[in-house]
Amino acid sequence: MASSSRPFMRALARSTVRTPKLSACEPLDITDIPPTPITHLSETEALMKDQVSKFASEVILPKSREMDEAEKMDPEIIEQCFEQGLMGIEIPEEYGGAGMNFTAAIVAIEELARVDPSVSVMTDVHNTLVNTAILKYGSEKTKKDWLPQLATNTIGSFCLSEPISGSDAFALKTRATKQPDGSYLLSGSKMWITNSLEAGFFLVFANLDPSAGYKGISAFLLPRDTPGFAIAKKEKKLGIKASSTCVITLDDVHLPASALLGREGEGYKYAIGLLNEGRIGIAAQMTGLALGAWENAARYVWNDRRQFGKLVGEFQGMQHQLAQAYTEIQAARGLVYNAARKKEAGEEFVADAAMAKLFSSQVAGRVSGSAIEWMGGMGFVREGLAEKYWRDSKIGAIYEGTSNIQLTTIAKLLQKEYTG
Amino acid sequence: MSGLRILVPVKRVIDYAVKPRVNKSQTAIETTGVKHSLNPFDELSIEEAIRLRERALPVSDILALSAGPAKSADVLRTAMAMGADRSIHVQVDTEKEGDLEPLTVAKLLAKVVAEEDRNVVILGKQSIDDDAHQTGQMLAGLLGWSQATQASKVEVEKEGSTVTVKREVDGGTETLRAKLPIVITTDLRLNEPRYASLPNIMKAKKKPMIKKTMEDYGIDIKRRFKTVKVVEPAPRQGGGKVEDVDGMIGKLKELGAL
Ligand SMILES: Cc1cc2nc3c(=O)[nH]c(=O)nc-3n(C[C@H](O)[C@H](O)[C@H](O)COP(=O)(O)OP(=O)(O)OC[C@H]3O[C@@H](n4cnc5c(N)ncnc54)[C@H](O)[C@@H]3O)c2cc1C
Repeated sequence: MASSSRPFMRALARSTVRTPKLSACEPLDITDIPPTPITHLSETEALMKDQVSKFASEVILPKSREMDEAEKMDPEIIEQCFEQGLMGIEIPEEYGGAGMNFTAAIVAIEELARVDPSVSVMTDVHNTLVNTAILKYGSEKTKKDWLPQLATNTIGSFCLSEPISGSDAFALKTRATKQPDGSYLLSGSKMWITNSLEAGFFLVFANLDPSAGYKGISAFLLPRDTPGFAIAKKEKKLGIKASSTCVITLDDVHLPASALLGREGEGYKYAIGLLNEGRIGIAAQMTGLALGAWENAARYVWNDRRQFGKLVGEFQGMQHQLAQAYTEIQAARGLVYNAARKKEAGEEFVADAAMAKLFSSQVAGRVSGSAIEWMGGMGFVREGLAEKYWRDSKIGAIYEGTSNIQLTTIAKLLQKEYTG
Repeated sequence: MSGLRILVPVKRVIDYAVKPRVNKSQTAIETTGVKHSLNPFDELSIEEAIRLRERALPVSDILALSAGPAKSADVLRTAMAMGADRSIHVQVDTEKEGDLEPLTVAKLLAKVVAEEDRNVVILGKQSIDDDAHQTGQMLAGLLGWSQATQASKVEVEKEGSTVTVKREVDGGTETLRAKLPIVITTDLRLNEPRYASLPNIMKAKKKPMIKKTMEDYGIDIKRRFKTVKVVEPAPRQGGGKVEDVDGMIGKLKELGAL
């Protein structure tokens, strides 16, 4: 514990200085790097941000409203996300991915959310939860079997929550039973599963040994066409409507021994690890959303709408609100990028990630709500995107740990630091 | 080297979505703190070069070149991430020296064409900052090559020696056929440039970018023209709306136009 919470001690303990290298799971040695502004991006990240931003506003934006109304992700958009490499951001080149670093994924998720938070969460769950699970915990065979598909044509879902277990995720009831030949039978149901309508691959958490409590939880790789797997219901939601969320049933789903991810009984550790990182992704989704909502309103009040003989954005009462909101967005982004860089450097980042997600979802809610008011009636109608940003913002305080759960995590870590 | 050896000159300009503003001293457009990107016409040029290769034509090399400040490296990186094989950055301190004039650029390109043994140059018909629309034509003149400007379709025959270019002209399209070598300038409807994919952005990191100076090519960058004054267009007078044709005729009469 002492070593991981004190990065400078760890850095001192290192005998040789490695050349800085950004790759999926290896920490980056930042001992010799002079401090830079937290908003600074590498050349590659900056170029990528630029291209993703263009792709989002030219290709996704024209379809955003339509996908929301239809509550359906356009299959062409999914295909284009694969083509652009947005579904294999951290997957190494040898497995058909882009081989970029974690912060690059964060940048992409943020840029997509600035235009469409539904497309953003599709790539977020796929990259930060599913791909990363296999990259971090998969055997070489698992990687070879799944990563090339996940990078190029198969969407992934992360199946932890159940009807009876949400915040208390490890109270899950889906059962896995080991067969004499080493294969597994899975039975139970999963709820709130993002991407599940379109996914071809499911990472399923099930308990192999309920007598061991959460230590019985194991993770399994489930291809969609496996008999016994079914989508029971697609939820109708308040926001991120184009992102599918479904109930899944598993009825004696038979999986080979090779479908186990990592080791038996370690599923809970994997889930915690993945969600700790994944939260930074959701935080980025929320800062992107907040920025998108703010920009959408700012363009209107500073260019289009006049009252009392001037642009409404010229009234000081409006200007101060816009300035306050933008400041909050930048504060949230600071938390997000700092958490991402700490993760990349192999530093302790759990509290940072929780704070980033907590705060950015609050900022997203506030800013997108105010943005509607700044636009008056035009913010309230379903012609523009203002009301959509606001509806989409609500989910930030719920998935990958509710705001209360983030607060609990932050407080627990603080208390540990300040006790005794 | 056999086959098509393509040179694609590219320029870093103020982003097309940014509203240009004249600087305080009225000598140029304000560029500090303004978003810059690859000249949109140059995106078309790169895209066309890549498409020639994708059509299984014998393209042996796509070389991107930019003459400009340090930041111009960004647009070269974009060009390579889209699909150019390598790039040359000719460093020019435009802050101090001013922007390069079309003839200067054309002379530089002619030198590069010779040194790099090119047989096709694809350029944007203009760059959206000064809209000079001259470099391609001047280059063809200096080289004594065929030129096909404002291309809306480019076809190269399989053996790669005859090029057919369609260009939109007033009242129709004109089809030109020429033998290599050739200078082609691109127009908006030529293609739809791709976005650089993430894997290609990573691959571009390994592609070579060579730094050069104007002196390396023996080009004098002295400006022949002096910019006297830059002003914004006068604000447009708000027009009026008429109900119907009669209303319009009435209005035109009123204005003494009929
Ligand atoms: C659109 C959407 C997509 C989702 N995608 C996925 C997915 O892909 N995969 C997946 O596995 N899950 C997914 N989820 C599930 C999501 O992670 C859960 O909804 C979330 O963890 C909260 O669980 P719950 O809904 O059961 O709420 P509950 O746990 O029932 O919480 C209800 C309220 O009680 C509060 N509460 C609960 N426990 C405590 C406590 N100890 N202290 C203080 N307050 C507490 C909560 O903060 C909340 O306010 C998704 C959910 C939604 C809505």
